Amino acid sequence: MVLVFFAYFALASIAAGVLTVSLKHPVHCGLALLALLVHVSGLFILLNAEFLWAVQIIVYAGAILVLYLFVLMLMNLKTDDRYFHSSYLYFLVPAAIGSLLVLALLVRSPFGGAKGDATTEAILEHGDTHAVGIKMFSEYLLQFEIVGVFLLGAVIGAIVLAKTPRPASKERKV
Amino acid sequence: MIPLSAYVAVSAVLFITGLLGVLIRRNFIIVLMSVEIMLNAANINLIAFSHYLESMAGQLVALFIIAIAAGEAAIGLAIIIVVFRGKISTNVDEMNFLKW
Repeated sequence: MVLVFFAYFALASIAAGVLTVSLKHPVHCGLALLALLVHVSGLFILLNAEFLWAVQIIVYAGAILVLYLFVLMLMNLKTDDRYFHSSYLYFLVPAAIGSLLVLALLVRSPFGGAKGDATTEAILEHGDTHAVGIKMFSEYLLQFEIVGVFLLGAVIGAIVLAKTPRPASKERKV
Repeated sequence: MIPLSAYVAVSAVLFITGLLGVLIRRNFIIVLMSVEIMLNAANINLIAFSHYLESMAGQLVALFIIAIAAGEAAIGLAIIIVVFRGKISTNVDEMNFLKW
């Protein structure tokens, strides 16, 4: 059963990713990106990360994607006839060959390493949100504060960039 | 039980899709969307390793990546608006007015 869900989410997210890159109209690309984000969040559920599932839906699908669609709506883009790079086949063929090689290596390699203390039973005892919260506000507190300052800077930067420039006043024009 | 390498393979395919999108698309907004695809691929990888190696660190880093993706989208779209206001195009080939 889990295998069926995994196959569905994996294949659907890859298909949505390919559509995002290859569709012509930018709004259609945005909707394909929405499908990709929802299916990737399904993969998070299969990995016992419910908190990240919620964050993915709220922040990515709810905030970032709406921002993209708002900008697309404001700009009223015309779709070009030539929307790919003129020599994209030169990128596509080596990328396909190289990615097949990398995939063959990845599927064959045994992944392993030192295991931590967050076993599935330990996480399921109080839930994933509890585990993330305990870890974030003890060990990762400094990084949390840095991300907060970063987001403040991003908000101020976006406002400053996107503000309508004030018309020059008459006294200063000599 | 799904092997870890299956998740890593899905993540690699998604990352390559996003990378190709950055390389071959000409619309700046689609280029930013491709960057989001790549960040999502990295998130799948981090959370898969976090689950299979039984450590919370991967989930925490994935959370920070989502926050940084939000900031990147806000700043990138603000830059697109500024560029679009001055010069009616979002084609990355025509955005060269910082070149000298």
